[in-house]
Amino acid sequence: MNKFLWILVLLTSIFFSTSYASNDVSNADKTEEAFDPTEMIMHHIADAHVWHIVSWGEGDHQTHIQIPLPIILYDKGKVHFFLYSRFDHDTHIAESKGSYFLYHHGKIFNTDSTGNIEYNEEGHVSNTSPIDFSLKRNVWSMWLSIALLIWIFLAVAKSYKNGPAKPKGIQALMEPLIQFVNDDIVKMQIGDEKAHKFAPYLLTVFFFIWINNMLGLIPFFPGGSNFTGNISVTMVLAVLTFLITNINGSRSYWQHTLVAPGVPFFVKILLIPVEIVGLFTKPFALMIRLLANITAGHIIILSLVSLVFILKSVYIAPVSILLSIIMLVLELLVALLQAYIFTLLSALFIGMAVQDVEH
Amino acid sequence: MDFLLTPDPGLVFWTTVSFILLAVILKKYAWAPILHALNVRSETIEQSLQAAERAKAEVENLVKVRQEMMDIARNERDELLKETRELKDKILMEARTGATRESDKIINMARKQIEAEKNTAIKELKKQVAELSIDIAGLLIQAELKEDKKQKAIIDKYLENVNFN
Repeated sequence: MNKFLWILVLLTSIFFSTSYASNDVSNADKTEEAFDPTEMIMHHIADAHVWHIVSWGEGDHQTHIQIPLPIILYDKGKVHFFLYSRFDHDTHIAESKGSYFLYHHGKIFNTDSTGNIEYNEEGHVSNTSPIDFSLKRNVWSMWLSIALLIWIFLAVAKSYKNGPAKPKGIQALMEPLIQFVNDDIVKMQIGDEKAHKFAPYLLTVFFFIWINNMLGLIPFFPGGSNFTGNISVTMVLAVLTFLITNINGSRSYWQHTLVAPGVPFFVKILLIPVEIVGLFTKPFALMIRLLANITAGHIIILSLVSLVFILKSVYIAPVSILLSIIMLVLELLVALLQAYIFTLLSALFIGMAVQDVEH
Repeated sequence: MDFLLTPDPGLVFWTTVSFILLAVILKKYAWAPILHALNVRSETIEQSLQAAERAKAEVENLVKVRQEMMDIARNERDELLKETRELKDKILMEARTGATRESDKIINMARKQIEAEKNTAIKELKKQVAELSIDIAGLLIQAELKEDKKQKAIIDKYLENVNFN
């Protein structure tokens, strides 16, 4: 009975919202600028030099509450360090140590005092860019997660100091997870003798990804950054797994990869390049999987919220909210699942590399 | 849109530095003590379980030993009772036979004494009879000494009439 009620509510709300929306669209376009969900979503999942908290008002009266973040640029042998707020509100030009920088669609370019921009034939900006080491939103989000991780796990570690006792509080919450990662992922994939060497890295990766995924799901400040959906981050993690895997690779692992013993010669010609490519596709898959899953989750939730603004109707709100809640619950699972998968596959790759089986 | 798949050198740099620092800090101050404590605890639990198992076995063993001891004690008691009963019977029997023998002996002795007394009495009697006879004979002799034949006949007659026993 409840199910039918829900479906009825959904259907009626969709019906009303569509009919209202079609009435409104014609005159709405004239008064206010059209809402572009793509731009909004891309803006939200991209990194930023400013931490936007909330804004209200329209047009010239729009007010933004945002934290300007530190900009660190390396350009022609000089380090420039200033806040985002130094970029002019209208011209987007900032001056530092005699150099001029232009903030253009999330990127910083070298320019002159007039803010000159040159475009190439394809329409891209052809100005040179300084190397941007700015502490952008994702960096602060990561540092927040790191502070949380250190706080949580130092507290957990502290509660073990008084000898064996019944776990309580944060310890009781984290202990099953720690044991799960240590026993069912690390020891299972790598083996008991060598597990202790890799457990710290894998535990750190698991909780780092998980906490950052969770922070990304918080829809308001200081959460909401698409940190683990950023390719720079997943690349760093995947490269670390790649390095750890191959630095600790045993003799038999390299033999299997480079020589492929016991395989006929003509198969070797095919197999060895495949194996060598495989070395790189494994971390590449790790990188893309995490990035795509987390970014997709953010995009879906933002799209559902955007429905209200696309259809310009408050009647769609229940649908948006309901679907967003369902997606958020799903994303809570995905946050843990992706951390698990990344850790499991990392452990699997390391386990395959370190075991010395003689055939 | 290209930002999605273009790594940002700044973020790569900060992520690498921060993540490695995080891993080092957590390894030293969190994972090492936590994993150590978990190991210690699981070993403690295992040892405690084994100790409990041993204690249980010991208790079972004690119960068995106690049962055995009780059985032995009961058997001993039964045996003792049996022995005692046999001893009692034996003593009673011995007492009975001893008493019988003693009484037989006393009766025999009494009988022998009676016999002896009787014999003595008979002897005495014979002696008295003899003396009496002599007295009678003296008297007769005195009375009928004159007639030898008569005297003799009388004596014979007396002697014949005297019945011993």
